[in-house]
Amino acid sequence: MNRWYTLRTETLIGLGGVVLAWQIASYFFPPYLFPPVPAIAQKFLAIFVDPESLANSGATAARIFAGLTVSFLLGVVLAFLMGRSERSYRYVYPLLNFVQGIPALSWVVIAIIWFKGTEPRILFIMVATTVAAFSFQILDAYRSMSKDLFEMTLSFRPSRRDLIRTLILPTVVPGMLTAWKVNLGNAARVVVVAELVGATGGIGYQLLLQQQLFDMAGALAWTLVLVVFVLIVQQVIARIESWLLAYRPTAERSA
Amino acid sequence: MSGQDANPAAAAIDFRDVVKRFLRQDRREESFLAVDRLSFEVAPGEMVAVLGRTGCGKSTMFNLLAGLIEPTEGAVRVLGHDPFREFDWFRAKMAVVFQNDRLMPWRTAIENVELGLELLGKGEKERRAIALGWLERLGLKGHEDDYPHALSGGMRQRVSLARAFAVNPEILLCDEPFSALDELTGQRLREEYTQLVRENGKTSIFVTHSINEALQLGERILVFHRPARIALEARVAGGDRDTIRRRVLAAMEVREAVAEQTDR
Repeated sequence: MNRWYTLRTETLIGLGGVVLAWQIASYFFPPYLFPPVPAIAQKFLAIFVDPESLANSGATAARIFAGLTVSFLLGVVLAFLMGRSERSYRYVYPLLNFVQGIPALSWVVIAIIWFKGTEPRILFIMVATTVAAFSFQILDAYRSMSKDLFEMTLSFRPSRRDLIRTLILPTVVPGMLTAWKVNLGNAARVVVVAELVGATGGIGYQLLLQQQLFDMAGALAWTLVLVVFVLIVQQVIARIESWLLAYRPTAERSA
Repeated sequence: MSGQDANPAAAAIDFRDVVKRFLRQDRREESFLAVDRLSFEVAPGEMVAVLGRTGCGKSTMFNLLAGLIEPTEGAVRVLGHDPFREFDWFRAKMAVVFQNDRLMPWRTAIENVELGLELLGKGEKERRAIALGWLERLGLKGHEDDYPHALSGGMRQRVSLARAFAVNPEILLCDEPFSALDELTGQRLREEYTQLVRENGKTSIFVTHSINEALQLGERILVFHRPARIALEARVAGGDRDTIRRRVLAAMEVREAVAEQTDR
């Protein structure tokens, strides 16, 4: 039995077990606590046929992408600044460490006080909560660059641009992809919190509506939309990763 | 050719009273001497082997020559220029073959050979043709699209040789490139290297800790003692190899004993 098949079977058994347990619970508890699985599925599927619901999902996805893109670009700049200059590292690293220690909810409060519109607030929260992780992960990848390869490339006297293109970028790409995978999950959690307090649309806002309507099936359906979105994007990143890192040897026996 | 009587203007490589001190990382105020008033010259087209025991400063001399580090005192001139201060001037004039192959794992064999040409700004067609020619010449036809992990140690080192020769440098610097290979592969590569250097009229500095390798790859042998300084200079061409071997061995042993006593 190959590894992929085993993994898929186990995943299905695990998820199927939870669904089954939920359905059994729905027979013993009222629907506002444990709604039946078909009711959740119906609400979940309804989201994909209703244009307004799709627009809400799209708004959340767009906020996640926008926040992560800005955060990633900022993270790249900060990581390279820290990687290339010891003095910059001494200034920036403790600052990012401090920023990373601030809870997402504190950023939400700060954003509400500082910014007027919904979108700037959410963008600010997204960037503030993910920029440190991006910077640290890209810095780690940059610092793990092989000294041997660096000297070898340098022996051909490349321009700075060529050095970045031929050596530094290929070295940090795996770290960047890992950073995207990790931060995607974080961003999905944070965006919902941000939308809960300030937005008039998006999955977080929809969750707030379901809470006010006391609709557990709706809340779960919207939660599932977010989870499915994250899983799909992670799969896309994994595909890009396996395409970009196809050169890596694979061991026949796993550790 | 001795350090005193050669004409510096004609020398491809000229080390003049070079000193290199490194600060100890843990004790900033202390330094250790890696190269001690090192002087030697290499004529254009000459093949010189630099021999010495581990830790004698061969690699430091190598990095000075490659322009990767700056001398503390003295002057290093290669083709009349300073390899550290005029770093960019040496583009395509000097190529390095390192102890390990240093191939980029994300590039195929041919892409690795193309690296130097790519950095020189050569067009895709031209660099592919040059790289293919060198891979074929070094017996790697059919392995162009293999990634380094799919190649044996000998094949990888051949790719790194091809990468160095592909830019058509005037000077080749080799830092024990065949030391990690088995005897047969190493011997074959040494023969190929000698042939390529002679055919193409390159100046070659070959750093090694093996007397046999030095005898095979050097028209002249420079024996280093610790810290790097010339302990013996022996001309191989026309000389009796056993006599040279005995002299080299004696120089290495005597100098090592002196170095060990000094250390104590």
